[in-house]
Amino acid sequence: MIKVEGLTKRYARTVAVDNISFEVEKGQIVGFLGPNGAGKTTTMRVLTCFLPPTSGSAQVAGFDVLKQPMEVKKRIGYLPELPPLYPEMEVVEYLEFVGRIKGLSKAEIPKRLDEVAEKCAIADVKTKLIGKLSKGYRQRVGLAQAIIHNPDVLILDEPTAGLDPHQIIETRDLIKGLAGSHTIILSTHILSEVEQTCERVIIIAAGKLVATDTVENLTSRLRGAEVVAVEVLPRDGALDAQNVQRRLEQVSGVSRVLHKETRDGKIHFTVESLQGRHIRPELARAVVEAGWNLNELHAIGLSLEEIFLQLTASTKDGEPKAAAAEAPAEAPAGETK
Amino acid sequence: MNTLTIARKELNSYFRSPIAYGVMAFFALIAGYFFYVAVLIFVRRGIESAMMGQEFPMDVNEWVIRPVFSNISVVGLFLIPMITMRLFAEEKRTGTIELLITSPLHDLEIILGKWFAALILYASMLGLSALSVVMLFAYGKPDWKPLLVGYLGLLLQGGCLLAIGTFVSTCTRNQIVAGVAGFAICLLLWVLDWVSSFETSVTSRVISYLSVLQHFDSFSKGILDSKDIVFYLSAIFIGLFLTARSMESLRWRA
Repeated sequence: MIKVEGLTKRYARTVAVDNISFEVEKGQIVGFLGPNGAGKTTTMRVLTCFLPPTSGSAQVAGFDVLKQPMEVKKRIGYLPELPPLYPEMEVVEYLEFVGRIKGLSKAEIPKRLDEVAEKCAIADVKTKLIGKLSKGYRQRVGLAQAIIHNPDVLILDEPTAGLDPHQIIETRDLIKGLAGSHTIILSTHILSEVEQTCERVIIIAAGKLVATDTVENLTSRLRGAEVVAVEVLPRDGALDAQNVQRRLEQVSGVSRVLHKETRDGKIHFTVESLQGRHIRPELARAVVEAGWNLNELHAIGLSLEEIFLQLTASTKDGEPKAAAAEAPAEAPAGETK
Repeated sequence: MNTLTIARKELNSYFRSPIAYGVMAFFALIAGYFFYVAVLIFVRRGIESAMMGQEFPMDVNEWVIRPVFSNISVVGLFLIPMITMRLFAEEKRTGTIELLITSPLHDLEIILGKWFAALILYASMLGLSALSVVMLFAYGKPDWKPLLVGYLGLLLQGGCLLAIGTFVSTCTRNQIVAGVAGFAICLLLWVLDWVSSFETSVTSRVISYLSVLQHFDSFSKGILDSKDIVFYLSAIFIGLFLTARSMESLRWRA
């Protein structure tokens, strides 16, 4: 349904998207994953014919975005990061307007409008001014706008951004309900969202394609290794995090030690084991024998989060990018599962 | 068809925001004042000439309608940027431009739709001034043909400034900037013909030819001059053409 080949988008000084290729089958939900500024929105804008690619090609339903943009636009429903709403319009008026410019005939509109309003649960606000709606309703009206002409392909740019947890669940269910009849690409930087809604994941970082696979395959890639959270508290006086890290790295079976943060003198690490090794007893002993307090030690399941971090970290080449800054903030969401 | 859909949407938002009412109220006030002053002068001249014993005919068209039209055309310069400033700037700011561009619409349909809506608002604003003119018919016998020509001229001049204002609005995402820049350009196009009053060289004649207001002169006299019509039509074309180019460049720069 969607075919992207060697897509590159260059702005004046920066390369936003660098030689990306992927394909999406009909009826799939694909998660487009990457830290902020990775090039997700740019890729989506190319697919929706909003931006022309610098080089490479993109096809939607067999039509090229450069050669037959009208055909592509007819088949695409697009929800940008900021829903494109006119605050001075009523919801019904707005959807009628969008329906008309998407090419629906006057006769079709009332029927489509009812269907869409029901699907997106906005029937109760139909006659309200969009400017007076809450954020959640606006997002749903935005979604209704994207599906009003029953497009083959739906492109949703961060559809759950800025919603409260309750609304996020509703929106996800809504998107899941749309799958099957539509091919959906949704972008997000929230990993758990991809695990819950998508069948396939396309991970990009710094404009480059990092991985594209099914969610199961990606998680099983690193299965077998153990990931342990360790929190160390110095018994007396200050303690250098690097010291502890070096000691932990020496424990047999450890493949990697990541220093997460130091808070109130407690030093927090994430330790990964080699394939099939159990390292918790040794870790505990190592900390205690070194004369430090072991404040916390628990295993964390390898979620998409870790895979994502590993994949994007390897392309980062040590530059302090958004991925690194974002990861700690989102970590709790992954750990609770 | 799509053009109409866009135009309807634009008109809708004009009349749901204070812009349309503000512009129209201001215009009605100013136009009414001009009319009042013109009539006052006309009456005084009438009395004066009667006292002097001269009975030369006083022409309503010449003494009332023409100055009123000239003044209205100047007021248009100030009001038109207010009409056009939000057309594209607002869509760019709120991101709704993405909806328009990713819909199966041709750029021209979007541009024409917006320009038509602005023209309709401008025309209904001019319609307010017709109230005063109707009063002239109640008390005198003005010639109606020059009146029509005058209104046609106002529409053409307005259309051309609206096209330029629409272009300016595509260049920024800030309404105020679009308004101020549009106003500056309108002002420039007005004062251009002042050079010709000091000089008569070829350069000054070319410059003064570019003045939008100068071409309205013949219309206000009730003369249909093809030269001026061609000027306005080509200015409208250039304005809309620039808008189309600028809109295209949005995609390359966005």
